[in-house]
Amino acid sequence: MRVTEAWRVAVDALRANRLRSGLTMLGVVIGVAAVVVLVAIGTGAKQEVERQVEGLGSNLLIVVPGRVDFGSAPAVSRLSLSDVDAVTRIVGDRSRVAVTVSSGEVVRAGNATKFTSVLGVLETTPQVFVRNLSRGSYLTRSDVDTSRRVAVLGSAVARTLFGERDPVGQQVSIAGVRFRVVGVFAQLGQSLGVDRDDEVHIPVTTAHRLLGTNRVDGIAIKAPDRDGIAALADRIVAELSRRHPDTEFSAVTQEQILGVLGDILGVLTGVLAAIAGISLLVGGVGVSNIMLVSVRERTREIGLRKAVGARPRDIGVQFLLEAVLLTTLGGVTGMALGIGGALAVAALSPVPAAITWWSLALAFGVSAAVGIAFGVVPAQRAGRLDPVEALRSE
Amino acid sequence: MTDTAVEAIDVTRTYQLGGVAVPALRGVSLAIEPGDNVAIVGPSGSGKSTLMHLLGALDRPTTGRLVIGGRDVARLSTAEMARLRNGTVGFVFQSFHLLPRTTALDNVALPLVYRGLGASARRRRAAAMLDRVGLGHRVKHRPNQLSGGEQQRVAIARALVTEPAVLLADEPTGNLDTATGQAVLGLLEALNAESGVALILVTHDRDVAARARRQITMRDGVIVS
Repeated sequence: MRVTEAWRVAVDALRANRLRSGLTMLGVVIGVAAVVVLVAIGTGAKQEVERQVEGLGSNLLIVVPGRVDFGSAPAVSRLSLSDVDAVTRIVGDRSRVAVTVSSGEVVRAGNATKFTSVLGVLETTPQVFVRNLSRGSYLTRSDVDTSRRVAVLGSAVARTLFGERDPVGQQVSIAGVRFRVVGVFAQLGQSLGVDRDDEVHIPVTTAHRLLGTNRVDGIAIKAPDRDGIAALADRIVAELSRRHPDTEFSAVTQEQILGVLGDILGVLTGVLAAIAGISLLVGGVGVSNIMLVSVRERTREIGLRKAVGARPRDIGVQFLLEAVLLTTLGGVTGMALGIGGALAVAALSPVPAAITWWSLALAFGVSAAVGIAFGVVPAQRAGRLDPVEALRSE
Repeated sequence: MTDTAVEAIDVTRTYQLGGVAVPALRGVSLAIEPGDNVAIVGPSGSGKSTLMHLLGALDRPTTGRLVIGGRDVARLSTAEMARLRNGTVGFVFQSFHLLPRTTALDNVALPLVYRGLGASARRRRAAAMLDRVGLGHRVKHRPNQLSGGEQQRVAIARALVTEPAVLLADEPTGNLDTATGQAVLGLLEALNAESGVALILVTHDRDVAARARRQITMRDGVIVS
């Protein structure tokens, strides 16, 4: 029997039982759609995280005391401003070095208050990280050198404390100490789960006085070029280790952060795909079940076809094609539904979703493979039917 | 022997039912010549259906020698048996066995599908065959749009579209009223006379059997006359 003929027979058979074919397909449709949507969400999340890490600034090197090991507790800081001076000498350019010392404090303006993270920083922060101002200006070197009580507000802090009013030139109190607002950051949104609009920058020297400490939580360096990052990191870590023989220091690059986060999200995407794959498998079992029913129902037809000269192989191919047609039609429908679903998720929820060609190809390939895998047993059973018995059945 | 359409020599067929051997045929020998017109009669359980299945290459004998269209059935694979049926044997059943939702034309063309013939050649030959059974005006009708007699004539056209050597008709009038049955028998006889196909008619109806040129009576798995 020719393949085109077998296809025609398979299409006819599916058409004859539209409702049943549709319901059987539904299992595959849901499975494939789930694979496409969940992989899209996983991929979208990964791309979003990558975008945000890139958004921190390029060629960034972050030096912190202790070992950087996701999940472990942060080490007690041993860095101070003299260490920062040492690092700056290595880098050879003060504008490429930023520091932070952070603390959660209550900020007040009039009757409005907000608990936010207050960061003691150098005037170099906007050059090292990507930070733009919407109003006013940033801290200056003289603000840092003379420990001025000036502050730059994150957009969320500014909105809470001042509403629509311009905060520049206004007074705020941080931990009970009065500061003058000199600038407001442009809105930035969330990055890695942290609301980066919910912070206040003050000179690091002022912060030390305010907090009664001289510690520095971390040093960030913007390397001149990507290739030099590793060598620069080694030199900085070596120098800091020399200055603090009893403490370990870590230098992390964006690429390392991206690598770790990418691995985590890759595993997450894989798990999501596997869960969706299980539903596809269940859909396949449904196909197998219906094909067995179909073989039983059409026993007489099989007997007749055999009587007029169909070989076991002809019958087997016919039923196998029927199963494959069922699952691939379901697969295509599921892909369409999955694409629609992923677009809807991306449009209507904060969860990003990115449809990838490989997930579509995989879902389609798997649905066809499911058709073959779960169609083989019913097809073989049909092919092996004894024509005498088959013709006799009612 | 090459002249014989079908030849059975001391053929037996034993079924295994729940571990018990049940003999259905207990040594049957017969020869069907080309153009023969034979009726096989006998009560139910006499083995006539079993014999028909063997003569039609649907089944293999337990022992004995069975030669259909010059080929020894014992030496054929399942696929080769299918090819033998396709080329040498035509079947007409009591309950027609037409494919539902399929036109008369495509029902008749079905055996040609398994011969690997292209669609247009199949349609041409099927249409010509439907013409010969007097249904040239019904080609696009589906089985449920046809009367019983018409359905059986479609089945006869299907059996003969491959130009077989043997036409096996199993109670072809069993589901038809007397007048329609007579017409169908008349058609079978006419086709037998015209085309030289050997007609083997299996029936328990003595009146039907009486019309055949030769009668074989079976009882308890053997030929009694």
